[in-house]
This record gives sequence, C-alpha cells and structure tokens, in this order.
Amino acid sequence: MKKIAMIVLALILALSCAAMAVAEDLPVVKIGVFEPASGDSGAGGKQETLGVQYANRVAPTVKVGDTEYKVELVMADNGSSADKAPSAAQKLVSENVSIVLGSYGSGVSIAGSEYFKNANIPAIGLTCTNPQVTAGNSHYFRVCFLDPFQGTVLANYAFKELGAKTAYCLGEAGNDYDQGLIKFFQEAFTGLGGMVYTDSFQTNNSDFTSFLSNAQMYGADLIFCPVSIAYSTQIVSQAASQGISIPVLGGDTLDSNVVAAAAKGTSIDLIVTTFYQEGANAEFDNGFKAWLAEDAEALTNNGGNDMIAGVTCMGYDGYMTALAALQAAGSIDSAAVMAALPAVEIDGVSGHIAFDETGDAIRTSAFVKKANNETGDWEFVAEQTVE
Amino acid sequence: MWDTIFPYLLSGISVGGQYALIAIGYTMVYGILRLINFAHGDVFMVAGIIMVYIAASGLPVWISVLLVLIITALVGFVIERVAYKPLRTAPRMSVMISAIGVSYTLQNLVLYITGGLNKQYPAIPVISDSVKIGSATTKVVTIVTPVLVILLVVGLVMLINRTKIGMAMRAVSKDFETAQLMGIKINSVISTTFVIGSFLAGVGSVLYFTNYPTVIQTSGAMPGLKAFVAAVFGGIGSIPGAVIGAFIIGIMENLIKGLDVILFKAGAISRPLGLAIFSDAFTFALLIIILVVKPTGLFGEKTTDKV
Repeated sequence: MKKIAMIVLALILALSCAAMAVAEDLPVVKIGVFEPASGDSGAGGKQETLGVQYANRVAPTVKVGDTEYKVELVMADNGSSADKAPSAAQKLVSENVSIVLGSYGSGVSIAGSEYFKNANIPAIGLTCTNPQVTAGNSHYFRVCFLDPFQGTVLANYAFKELGAKTAYCLGEAGNDYDQGLIKFFQEAFTGLGGMVYTDSFQTNNSDFTSFLSNAQMYGADLIFCPVSIAYSTQIVSQAASQGISIPVLGGDTLDSNVVAAAAKGTSIDLIVTTFYQEGANAEFDNGFKAWLAEDAEALTNNGGNDMIAGVTCMGYDGYMTALAALQAAGSIDSAAVMAALPAVEIDGVSGHIAFDETGDAIRTSAFVKKANNETGDWEFVAEQTVE
Repeated sequence: MWDTIFPYLLSGISVGGQYALIAIGYTMVYGILRLINFAHGDVFMVAGIIMVYIAASGLPVWISVLLVLIITALVGFVIERVAYKPLRTAPRMSVMISAIGVSYTLQNLVLYITGGLNKQYPAIPVISDSVKIGSATTKVVTIVTPVLVILLVVGLVMLINRTKIGMAMRAVSKDFETAQLMGIKINSVISTTFVIGSFLAGVGSVLYFTNYPTVIQTSGAMPGLKAFVAAVFGGIGSIPGAVIGAFIIGIMENLIKGLDVILFKAGAISRPLGLAIFSDAFTFALLIIILVVKPTGLFGEKTTDKV
C-alpha cells in the first residue's frame, strides 16, 4: 500500500515538473505591481491593478533585444498604509523584478520608494499625484498629472464654474496625498479671492457628522474632500442624511463607481477630476468590458459593474510604458531599464506620455466628472486645461 | 450659541449611546471573570458584517436584524466556550492573551471573506430616514439610540437585581469559588453574561452602522477601544458607570471636533486653530487622567484586599 502511494506521489511530482517546463518555454521578465489590495484604498488599488492585468492579457510577451520574454506580474499588497508598504516593496526587490508599477496613493509610494532606489529598480507611479514621489528621485517616474495641477484645476472650477466663495476642506491627518492636494487647492482658491477652512480627521474615523456640521457652520459653498474611497463614501452618505445641499468636490481618488454609487438616490452634487473619461477610446473600453464579462473575479474587483475608472486606464498605460522601456533598454536588467526610461514616449489610452526632467509625464488637461444621482454613474462635464 | 452647539451634542449623544452598548459587554465580563475581553470590539464588527451578508440574501430587514442579534449572541457564546472556558484555571494573563488571539482571528477571518474592502451597510427602513430637529438634520437612529440604550439598561439592571440568574451573576462576581460551593453553575452564568454582552454589541452595531454605513475588518477597533475607555472611566464592573462614561466620551469627542467653530462663532478666536484633530487624543488623555486621579473610575467598586 505504502509503495503504491509512493509511486503515485513520484508520478505526480514528475508530471507537475513536466507541466511547469512546458509553461516556462519562454524566458520570464518580472514586473512588480505595488498596489493596495486591502485597507482604505483597497478598492482603488484593485481597479488600478485590473488595468495592469488587462494590459498583461493584451500584451503577454515582450521582445527585448532578439529574445521574446513572457511578462510575469508579481503582486505585492502594500495594505494602503505607509507602515506596511516597506515589506511589500522588499518582497518585490527580493523577487528581482525589472521594473515596478504603482502605487495607488502617494503616501505608500513614498514609503516604498527608497527600497526600489537602493536596489536600482525603476518605478512608474500610475496615479500617485503628490510631487514628492518623483522630486529628487532619479528612479521614480510617473504617468499621471500632479497635485499642483489638479488642485489648480479644481480651485478654478469651484470658483469660476460653481461660483463658490467659501470652501471647507477635509482630509485624513498624516496622509501625504490628502494634505498635499488640499494645500495646492487652498493656495489656488485663496489666490482667486476665495476663503478656505480646513479640518483633518484621524485614520479609521467613521463619524463625519461633526465635520459636516462644521462645514455648515462656516457657511461653506462647497466641501473639498480628496480622501480615500472608504472615507469618501462615508462622507457622501452622511452628508446626504444631514441634508447638506452644497457640492462635494474630490480628486482622482474619488473617481470610482463605488463613490458614485454612494451618491445614488441622494441630492448631493459630487464632482471629481480624473485621468480618463469612459468613451474616449472605444477599443480600450470594449476590450476591457469584454474581459470583465468573462472573468467574475475581475468584475468583483471592479466593484461589481463594468464602469471604467480613470485609475484602470492609468494601470494599462503604465504597463505599456514599462514594456516600451524594456524594449528601449534592450535588456531586462533593472539598471538598464532605468537608464532608458527618461527617453521613452508612447501614445497611451489617456493621451501622449513623455517624461520631463523630474520624471513626470507632461500633462496639460484633466477631465471633470459629476455623479448622476439617479443612475449612480459618472457623467462627463468638461475637459479642464490650465496653462 | 445653542444653535451652534446643538448639532455636535446630538452627534455626541448618538455615538455615546452606541459606545454604551459595547461598554456594557466589557464591564459585565470584567465584573464576573475579571477578564478584559479584547475581542468584544470585533464581535461588534462581526455583527456588522453578518448583517451585510444576511441583508444581501434578500430576507426582509426586520428578520435580518433579528437573525443578526441571535447569531451575534451565539458568536459570543462560542468564543467563550472555545477560547476562555478551557483556560478557567489558568492564570488570568493567559485568558487575556487568548482574547487578543480571538480578536485577531476574527479580524483576519473577515479580511479573508470580504477581501479587505469596505462593505456597504444596508439601509434599515424608518431609522435610516433623515429628520430635522431644531438647527440640525440627522437620521432617526440618532434619536432612537439614547432611548433604546436607557430601556435596555433598565431591563438589564432589573434582570440582575430581580431574577435568579441575576442573583447568581452577582454572587459569582462577589466571590467566584464560594458561589461555586453554594451550588451555582458558574459555566452557565458565564455563558449568559457573554450572550447578553454580545447581544448588546449586536444592537449597538445595528445602530452604529446605520449612522456610519460602511463595515471593514478594522471597524470594531476604534469603537471597541473607546467603549473600553468608557467602561474604565465609569468604573469597570459598574453598568451605570459604563453607560454614563460612554455618553460623556461621545459628547466630549464631538464637541472637540466642533470646538473651532464654537469658539469662532463666539468670537473667542479670529481664525480656526485646527483643534478637531485632537478629539481622539482627548479620549485617551482622559483615560490616563482618570486612572491617575481616581483609579476605580466614577462608580467603581472599592476593592478591599482579603488577607
């Protein structure tokens, strides 16, 4: 009996080795995906990862020099928190990835940055918009626009289009993204002649009623809360039940179908700036939706429906930029990829991508979207440009 | 002035009532077992997650709520039987570490099931509706909470003072071993305590998540911690103490969130100082001050060492 079991076991082992050998026909190049899959930004991180995974389906291999490589995605969950990010970054370093994509959220990107730097691995920020991510770093690049730009767009929109004179800003204490964007918004808004009041809340807070009372007491014309998805859904639904009638504005983090769904059936005007508007590229839209239709897990990760978030599009463009960098380098060595990156240019789904001397993509426009209170979908409002 | 303070007071009374329902669980278990049940905040969170899934299955809301309360009570019962009862004769520290283990087990179980994403809590008819009171608009649950808390506490005090099981509880809390010698089945008394505590945490979770409608595995941590502070503040072991402590903490925390506005409107400061960020710091500073000044809390029992 024992002998038979041993033989069966040996057979299984031999077979599985053979199976692996077949699958690993091509040499492998590893791309690290440094994204939150849990925590406050988990929902956004999963949508961004979907963009990368979809791109990996569209382009599963890359020709570097004369060799065809199979691209393997290595996932690392940074848990949306700056104290979990280092261990996720170290995981990617020890896996010997050639290049890193991510993260959703500037705070975690900054926290992981030095580990990539020390290992000589280049990173492409997908939607981390805080200037500090790339400033003074030769290894961190980024494909999206920056917060000074985004803050100015939002302030201009609020002051000129919405006619707001007083703004109430609410952000998470110690979150680089929230606090940075609020600062840039405040500078631009007061520059235009508006008045700004600011409050911060502690991590894990879920009671926003008193903060919303503050906004009402200050006589604010709008609430600006560029916070994580988890907090923004709370803020929107609590504002609705408190009978708040002023618009709620947010940055790119709020561009998620989860947040739009929170505004469904309420009278809250929810307005956000984002990277991509569904409908701008039919080929990308249709291909992505077809994938969601056949993959139930991907659909769940997208929040249960097939609306396309701006972050998903950036995930796609980031992956394509990484492949272009590998081709330009002609090697899968991470140092060579880093050296090749500054000169890389591609025409992405979200527009043309080229890097300036800091490593930031040169971008001049952002999309403004508004949630439809009846359907819970995003609607296109305007493409805002700032000189 | 009153119009300025009122909305904060209202938020405070509401959240205070919800802390109170959790705090009772801490204080009762402490009273009987001398154990700080660190998993209690997570039982509260699990009640919220169970509600999300039961409501998603399409059952009528009132049946869902009832089911949630029953299952939560059952969860409390099972936790006690599995993780605490086998350690009855072990040093108290071992039980406490077992409680921490249960806390992390529950959190990670929920992390595994939900995938670490926020779940939207279902809206419960009537108590989720908005209502206007004076200068503030709020949900009906804000007004229901304090009333319900008072009714439940009165019921609980009656149970403890007037019934046989209540008498047994008091006896066990006075002297564990003597009560056992007098023929009290301590295991059933302890189980009853956990069932009541978890049931109240379940009620608290329905009220709390109706007000702040998303649930994630860490949702129980902050309310649990604050309820624990409330229980210590009121004198751990004392039920009225826990309730009053919870209301004080809830109200103070919300007043501090609005302190800038209140001072600004009163003309005491010319521009906001950003004091709202100190609301949590205040809660925990209060705990330290109470422990230093009056270690037994507001209504704490005096302990006399038996020689």
